[in-house]
Order: sequence, then structure tokens, then C-alpha cells
Amino acid sequence: MTQTWSRARIWALIGYAVAAAAMFAAPLYLSDFRLNLLAKFLAFAIVALGLDLIWGYTGILSLGHGVFFGLGGYAMAMHLKLQASGGRMPDFMDWSGLTALPAFWKPFESLGFAFLAGLLIPGVLALILGYVTFRNRIRGVYFTILTQALVIIATTLLIGQQAYTGGTNGITGYSKIAGQSISSPDTKQMLYWVTAIFLVVAFVLCRFLVKSRFGKVLRAIRDGENRVRFIGYNPALYQMTAFAISGVLAGLAGMLFVLHVGIISPSMLGIVPSIEMVLWVAIGGRGTLIGAVLGAVLMNGAKSEISAQYPDAWTFIMGALFIVVVVFLPGGVTGLVERLKFRKRSVSEHEQEAVRHPAV
Amino acid sequence: MAIYITQLFNGLSVSSILLLIALGLAITFGLMNVINMAHGELIMIGAYATYVTQNMFKSALPASMFDYYYILAIPVSFAIAFLFGWLLELSLIRHLYGRPLDSLLATWGVGLALQQLARSIFGAPNVGVTSPSWLDGGLTIMEGVVLPYKRLFIIALVIICLLAMYFYIYRSRAGRNMRAVMQNRDMAACLGISTRRVDAVTFAIGSGIAGIAGCALTLLGPIGPSLGTYYIVDAFMVVVLGGVGKLVGTLLGALGIGMTNTLFEYWTNASLGKVLVFVCIVAFLQWRPRGFVAMRTRSLD
Repeated sequence: MTQTWSRARIWALIGYAVAAAAMFAAPLYLSDFRLNLLAKFLAFAIVALGLDLIWGYTGILSLGHGVFFGLGGYAMAMHLKLQASGGRMPDFMDWSGLTALPAFWKPFESLGFAFLAGLLIPGVLALILGYVTFRNRIRGVYFTILTQALVIIATTLLIGQQAYTGGTNGITGYSKIAGQSISSPDTKQMLYWVTAIFLVVAFVLCRFLVKSRFGKVLRAIRDGENRVRFIGYNPALYQMTAFAISGVLAGLAGMLFVLHVGIISPSMLGIVPSIEMVLWVAIGGRGTLIGAVLGAVLMNGAKSEISAQYPDAWTFIMGALFIVVVVFLPGGVTGLVERLKFRKRSVSEHEQEAVRHPAV
Repeated sequence: MAIYITQLFNGLSVSSILLLIALGLAITFGLMNVINMAHGELIMIGAYATYVTQNMFKSALPASMFDYYYILAIPVSFAIAFLFGWLLELSLIRHLYGRPLDSLLATWGVGLALQQLARSIFGAPNVGVTSPSWLDGGLTIMEGVVLPYKRLFIIALVIICLLAMYFYIYRSRAGRNMRAVMQNRDMAACLGISTRRVDAVTFAIGSGIAGIAGCALTLLGPIGPSLGTYYIVDAFMVVVLGGVGKLVGTLLGALGIGMTNTLFEYWTNASLGKVLVFVCIVAFLQWRPRGFVAMRTRSLD
């Protein structure tokens, strides 16, 4: 048994190495256009990792990750916009009748500040929301509904405060990042590698977290929160931490997303995008990190292919996928693979690890 | 003074619509622990049912009869949404009992597909429904305060629905069975109640009420495929705020959200008002995490 397990482990390591090599070598075999798409998908994969951490491992469903993603995106967009306007007031403020740059915009001239803000603001917001909910044992669907309400108010606020946020159009029209032209192929390639490195770092971090004692407690909370409480842990603390980490990852993804796409607007963090993120994790397989990454990349790849050819069909496909995955494939694609593997080997021992009735 | 009465009336009007939408949600959530995200699309189905009824009256009957279409549209919307709800429960929801978060995701998928379906049948642009002429105009109660008949009619409709639900839940045999299943499913099943049938009927009734809500919404403006999404999150917040298991909780939740929303939006502006309402709800949940009324239970999970 140990023999086969270690062999499986070697194969898994080889698989990861090949995947990483393919990812880092992508500029060699992809066109600029496709490389840019892939870079966007890799950024999405980082949100998916964060979402998996709290949904797949801790059993908390957040439909509000679009907000954290968007906050990161807006932080980076503010920096890029200030770079483009040469430190003066951005054009949309002029149109809305502002006469001076608002004070909270000023620090975003520094890339370092913008980067830190893009990580910390979502993290702190997640921590606050976690504090006021988990501590009172507001959980399950109640929590999920609150996160969805958070999305609504974030989008109405961003649209309503047009003078400060660019309103419905969002913030766009960038020219430079760290002194380089943002649209040149060289910079794009560099940004791709930066995204790939961040994805690897996020993956390793999440893997470390879920393999550690912390991750064991998270899974215990998912499977029986009250038992964990009776053993003497404080589940709220773990839930808050996991939720905050997840928010930080979403913020990071948002920043990278803006660099590749060149725009952030309220429609990118609304209800539908937020719930789409959940679908990536569900399809890939909640409770496995590689599932979340693959789900995000494959689903977005499929989306850009299919919706380019049949724009109407994509909505039906997405709706159908939701139903099929949730009802028939709770473990997603990786769950399906595992199940086939176990059927062949007829080992039932590991099956306990597969998520069968997660997240009540 | 006049402006305050108008604002209060607006708040009441918003609350009544929220209540009509949240009624079905609260019951299905309390009874089956199922979150039905397709509820908004059932509203949309009710609205389009009204639209189709109107068109049939226009084409098949003399113009003098047109004003009466709305009276027929209410039961038609109810029946069609009821049927959709029944089918949904039979085909999908029953596989999802005991998995509330999964039910949320799956029904969201259903909602998405239904929206797209409506888009391909009726087209993406909004369509207008001509409201009957006897609902034009308003009741002048004092200088500068006119209460539109349409909104008064909706409030009356909501009161009728609420009373009907009250008698159904608390005064009828079917309602007694429903409450029994809600309180202790296993014991109710042991006593010979068909919990399957109670689930299906309750879900269908909740859906039917959503259909009536859709019918009411046609009075307020044009309708489109994404009609339900505007209301659905607010309606869920009503359930969170009101708690599940008792009608009075839903009533209080709807009044709380509708009133504070209107007042805050009047005092500040639409976007800040929403933020304040959210903060108030979260603050309230610090005090009562289970909402206004919570069903007492000894079980922990």
C-alpha cells in the first residue's frame, strides 16, 4: 500500500511539474492574444483557490468574492489611472465636476501602496464581515445571503459615487506600469509571468495551509462545527482567518486581472460574476486545490470559445452545468476522476477524503 | 408633513411587494431548508403570464372587456407559477433536501436558464403591460398627498394573500400538516403525514405567490426577463431579518427593510441608503442572530 501511494505521489509530482513547465513556457507557443486570455484565466484561478479554501475546505459559501476581487482591481486601477494622467486629476473626475484629486486617491500614486491596499482592503473587509457573522454563529445560507447583499451594495455604491469611482464605466485608459508601456508585447509577457508566479505562490500557500493543522481544523469545521466547538476550538476564529485569507487572494487576483484586461467596472464584480467564480470551483472539484485551478482555467477557456460562437447558448450551458454538477457531481471533475480511480483499485480507504456531503 | 406621509406610504408600498415575494421564500426555507434562487424567475413567469393574458384579451375580446383582464390575470399568474414550482420540486428540488447551499446553486442555474428562455421567447427588451383603467389616478387624502390606486391595490392584494396564507397555515388541515413537518419531520412522517406531498404542495404554493407578485409588478412598470433579480436579494434579506417559521417574522422583516430603505434613501441618496440598510441589518443580527422570530428547537444543527 505504501508502495502504490508513494508511486501515486511521484506521478502527481511529475504532473504538477509538467503543468508548471507548460504554464511558464506558454509565451513560446501561444499568440499574444491567447497569452493575454490565459493570463486572465490564471488570475481567475487565484480567486478560485481562495474560494475553494473557504467553500471546499471550510464549508462556507461566499457569493461575495466579486467584491474582494473588485476592491483589489480598483486599487490597481486607481494607480494605473494616476500614472496615465501623470499625477493630475483623472478625466472622469473632471467630467463629474470635481476640481481637485480626492485625498484618498493621492497615496495610490505609489505602486507599492496600491499593491498593499489591494491586498489589505479586501482582507480587512472580509475580516470585519467574518467577525460580525461567525462570532454570532450566523452561518450556512444566512451568511451566503449576507455576502450576496454585500455585492449589491458594493455595486450600487460604485455606480452611485461616480465622481470618485468612474460610475458604470469604471476606470479604464491606462498607459504605463512601473515606467513601461502597458500595451507592449514585452510588458504583457512579463505580466504573464508575474501572474504565473503569483499563482504558484498562492497554490503553495494554500497547499501548506490545508495540509497543516489549521487545514485539518477547517475541514473539521466543515464536517461538524459543533463537535469542533465541543472539543475546545473556537471555530469563529478559524473561519474568520480562512475568510480573510480568501479575501486577500481575491484582491490579488483582481489586481492582476486589471493589468491584463485594462479595465475594471462594477459589472465585473456583480452578482453574476461572483456566482460564476463559485461555478469554477464546483466544476473543478471543491475540496481539491488543483480542481479549483483547473476549473477556473477550463471553464473560462470554454466560455470564451463558446460565447464567441453562440452567445445565447452559453447562458443555457452555464445554467445546466450548475444543475448537473450540484446534483450529480458534487465532487466536480476531480471528484469524478478520483471515483473512477478508486473503482479500478477498489480501495475505499481514501474515499473518506472525497467530499460527498459538504457544506450544509 | 405631506412629504412624510408620502414617504411612509412609499415605504409601505415597497414593504408590501417585498412581503409578497418573501412569503414563499420564508415558507420553503423554513419547511424544507431549501433556498430557491429561481424564485425571482417565478416572479418573472407570473409577470409574463399577465402580459400574455392581456394580449389574448386584446386580440380575442371586444375593447370594452379589456379592463377586466387583470382580474383573470391574477389567478392565471398564480396557476402558471404554481405549475412551474410543482415541476421544479418534482424534478430537481427533491434531490437537494438537506443540502441548502447546493440547492441555492442548482436553483440559481435554473433561474439563469429560465431567464434565457424568456429572452428567446419574448425578446430581451422590456415589454409594457397596460394596466386597467380603473386603477388609474389616485386617492387624494390632503393637499399634495395623492396615493395612487395601483399601489393601494397592491397593498390590498398583499393583505388578502397574507390572510389567505394565515388561514391556510394556521386554520386548515393541510397547514397543520405543514407545520408538523416543519417542526419535526420524522415524527410527522411516523404519524402518517406524507412529507413528500407536503413538501411539493408547499413549494408550489410558494411559487404561486411569486407568480402573483409578478402580476402585481406589472402595474408598476415595464417587465423584462431579469425582472426578478432586482427583488430577489432584498427578499432574501427579509427572510434573514424576519427569521423562519412564523408569518409574523416575515411581515416584520418586510416592513423593517421596506421602511428603512425608503427613509434612508430619502434622507441620503439611493446608494448610501442601501449601505446604511445593510449595516442596520448586520447590527440587528448581532443582537438577534436568528432574526425577529426563531423557531425554538433543541437540536443544535
